[in-house]
Amino acid sequence: MTELAPPVSKLSTRSDWRLILLMACFCVGYLAVGLKMGQMAATDPAEPRTERSDSGNRPVRGEIVDRNGRLLAANLPAWSLYVHPHEIKDAVAVATALDPIFPEIDRDTLVRKLSSRNRFEWIKRPITPQQKKLVHDLGQPGLFFGKREMRIYPAGRAVAHIMGGVQAVTEGVRFAELAGAGGVEQYFDQRLRDPKLVDEPLRLSLDLTVQQIMRTELALGMKALHAKGAAGVLMKVATGEVVGMVSLPDFDPNVRRQRYNGDPAYHPRFNRAAQGRYELGSTFKVLTATMALEERLAHAGTIFETPRELRFGRHRIGESHRMDPRMSLENVIVESSNVGAARIAMLVGTPRFKDYLGKLGMFEASGIELAEAAKARPLLPARWTDLSTVTAAYGHGLAVSPVHLAASYATIANGGVRIHPTLVAGGGRSGERVFSQDASREMLRIMREVVVRGTAKRAEVPGYYVAGKTGTANKAVDGGYSDKKVIATFASVFPHHAPEYVLVVSLDEAEDRSGKRYIRGAGRTAVPVAAAIIRRVAPLMGLRPLFPTEEGDGTTWAAKSE
Amino acid sequence: MKRHGFALLGLSIIAIAAWTYNVNYNTRTTLDRVEELRIKIANEREALQVLRVEWAYLNAPGRLEALVARYNDKLQLVPVVPEMLGAVDAPPEIRDTIPRVRRGGGVPIPRARPANWRPQ
Repeated sequence: MTELAPPVSKLSTRSDWRLILLMACFCVGYLAVGLKMGQMAATDPAEPRTERSDSGNRPVRGEIVDRNGRLLAANLPAWSLYVHPHEIKDAVAVATALDPIFPEIDRDTLVRKLSSRNRFEWIKRPITPQQKKLVHDLGQPGLFFGKREMRIYPAGRAVAHIMGGVQAVTEGVRFAELAGAGGVEQYFDQRLRDPKLVDEPLRLSLDLTVQQIMRTELALGMKALHAKGAAGVLMKVATGEVVGMVSLPDFDPNVRRQRYNGDPAYHPRFNRAAQGRYELGSTFKVLTATMALEERLAHAGTIFETPRELRFGRHRIGESHRMDPRMSLENVIVESSNVGAARIAMLVGTPRFKDYLGKLGMFEASGIELAEAAKARPLLPARWTDLSTVTAAYGHGLAVSPVHLAASYATIANGGVRIHPTLVAGGGRSGERVFSQDASREMLRIMREVVVRGTAKRAEVPGYYVAGKTGTANKAVDGGYSDKKVIATFASVFPHHAPEYVLVVSLDEAEDRSGKRYIRGAGRTAVPVAAAIIRRVAPLMGLRPLFPTEEGDGTTWAAKSE
Repeated sequence: MKRHGFALLGLSIIAIAAWTYNVNYNTRTTLDRVEELRIKIANEREALQVLRVEWAYLNAPGRLEALVARYNDKLQLVPVVPEMLGAVDAPPEIRDTIPRVRRGGGVPIPRARPANWRPQ
């Protein structure tokens, strides 16, 4: 048996290796199969698909609605078209195909972009769904769509200045970060971008219908009176909520910024109601007179000497039309006497006068929630002298925005408690008392007289008992004042026995050219426009016109609705 | 006896396997369906948003005003003005004493306050 062993061991040296090699081959083979099986077992057998959530395209920016919940600013899914030029085979052919789809882009620009050395070029952003379909149907490689949100203002021009607009700050293929570029969009940028509040719309105090009516009536007035610009502010007396704010000329907020070559003073983007500061003229006399009433320096019947001209140092104060030589405080307002207002201001004295203007917010920005308004601080004389007081008494020498004026009239209408203007629904801060109830009510009564028998007779709207004050301020032109160019303003409160709303209308260089002589006084320009607005707006805001009713022996008033 | 036990065990294993298989595939179909629905919901939301904006655009007062101006020969609409409103307890003959505003013309003004009016 032992002789058998050597051949086996001899054989093993060769065949053993063969066996081992064979086994190793099988092992490797089985291992490979096993690993592949393991891998297949471990992976999820699902088709690859793009990530998508059921929330649709979540808005990146909160919506803005008016006080009744109507959309003012919203997001719309949109696409941007971009190109990878290195994937384009024939740039000229593709450009020719794209040209009819985007008529606003020049064909040469398209060719340049399509044959660019860059790996990436924007063609157009954003594009409409129809354009997207047309480009898609071309079937050209190298053209891509980037999904993004587009900010849209359905109400268009009516809210242009308040919305302001947005701009893309950083823009990638898959996203675009939008930032406010003016108006409410800029002021509330953080709030609108906050992911926690993105589903909650920002509710403004505006009423879209009122806004549109104001725009229409102002535009009509502007055209009929050949004015260069117009502004209107309608404010709720009790809360300071701005229900309507219009500035003309305006712009389409859905159109990208365009170049403007005209006079910068009439730039369509400029908000004349909140950003513009003007010497608002005689409307300030109401403030001056209220101060005198408040300080008990005078009452409505106090007589002031009103010569045709008052000299103050080197300065002369004159009247726009003939006045009685002696006038009561009431008539100074009703007839709008500059000399009389100057006399009242002198009686009040500079320190108190300045103090009251300060309390009315005439020395600071109006605080309304617009990015532009924060920078629009009133323009004041460098050094406030007694002369400044005298000129400010009839609204010259200091320039404030129509919003400032509306807020100060709302303060008087509110019984003397300061009103802070706001654009947010629900109202803003409550203010401190500036004037007493008695002084404010007396002033309202006098303002009513202005409409009944004074300079603002055309402001009468049956049933709404408008009270107000006109102001026709000569425009400051280099070095002096123009006698042909005026800013006509009418600041009004209605209804005057239970004030609900304050309306300020201001027209720039308006002229009534219907007669032989052109008439520039506010009574014939701003006043009828304001009356037209009140006529249409007041019934819509739940204010029922008050007509006398027969009850008992005398006249009572129908109750206000609401 | 033992054989029956094994047979039963074998059958139950087959039954459970079949059940598991079934559940597994049901789950997958359901997951697919969920995914499908998610996409549908996303699309519907997007459509909703587009329609909402479109509704706001089509009903924008500025647009309506332009349309009314264009078709007003047929529509015959007029703005709501104070003269159209009245109070139930205000008899028309008294209301008529309030001067009406004529279109385009001068505005008649009541010159005097009512007799016993006083500021409130």
